[in-house]
Amino acid sequence: MLSCKEVSRLTSLAQERPLGLWERVQFKVHLLICKNCSNFAKNIGLLRDISREHARRDDN
Amino acid sequence: MDLNREKGRENGPEDGSGNGSKNSPAHNASRLSDPQYLKELQVKMLKFAQIQLSDHQLAEDAVQEALIGAMKNAKSFGGKSAFKTWVFAILKNKISDILRKRHRTAEVTNLVGNSASEDEDFSNLFDETGHWANGMEPKKWGDPEAELKDKQFWLVFETCLDNLPEKQAKVFMMREHIGLSSDEICENEGLTVSNLHVLLYRARMRLQKCLELRWLEEGKEDYA
Repeated sequence: MLSCKEVSRLTSLAQERPLGLWERVQFKVHLLICKNCSNFAKNIGLLRDISREHARRDDN
Repeated sequence: MDLNREKGRENGPEDGSGNGSKNSPAHNASRLSDPQYLKELQVKMLKFAQIQLSDHQLAEDAVQEALIGAMKNAKSFGGKSAFKTWVFAILKNKISDILRKRHRTAEVTNLVGNSASEDEDFSNLFDETGHWANGMEPKKWGDPEAELKDKQFWLVFETCLDNLPEKQAKVFMMREHIGLSSDEICENEGLTVSNLHVLLYRARMRLQKCLELRWLEEGKEDYA
């Protein structure tokens, strides 16, 4: 069983490369049962969207 | 999840509105070659660099190099404040390099004001069993659509970026704002892929926490 701390690492890693099969299974199972990590994973995804928009937006 | 982004990416809206030309790379770059704007930016950079370095000549050199370096990716930025955040990220890294050479020790890895240590591991966010610690649990952010149009939100986000240790800030922006691949960043910065992943993880942890504290929890009214 992965800890939330380990899952937080995998969440970030998943933004960089595809997770291996076993990583992915453990990761997804953990997200199913852990609301906190599920929120975290969504937030990290949103962080990417926010950053992209930050670069893109015209504030002039 | 967005996996393995390709190197470089097109600017412009991604909603297929067909309004690509207003925010095209050529348009962005030309706006940023406004001499008055660059002059003002340079002044701000110089003030910052002088405080950090206490040496006018070194400060000038650092500012010049940082501006030239930043201009290479200017077309990735649609607006001035995001570009400024990027320029300062580069400047802080240059200053950090100069300070490190000056003191000739690996201990000086962060600028005055940045508190991250080399083995930052966020142990305050997790308890001894590896669960999220009490009060540190990630919240639901919901759909940020309204936020993305809110000037105050962007001020908060920029504050969070500015508060990152300089190396984390730079690689995070290279990855997320400019869209460089892991390999390109590693080559540019002399990092292993593993180093890079650690830096990005730390940046993301900090940014997530910072946004939660400053935006979600403090309430938007505080920044009105």
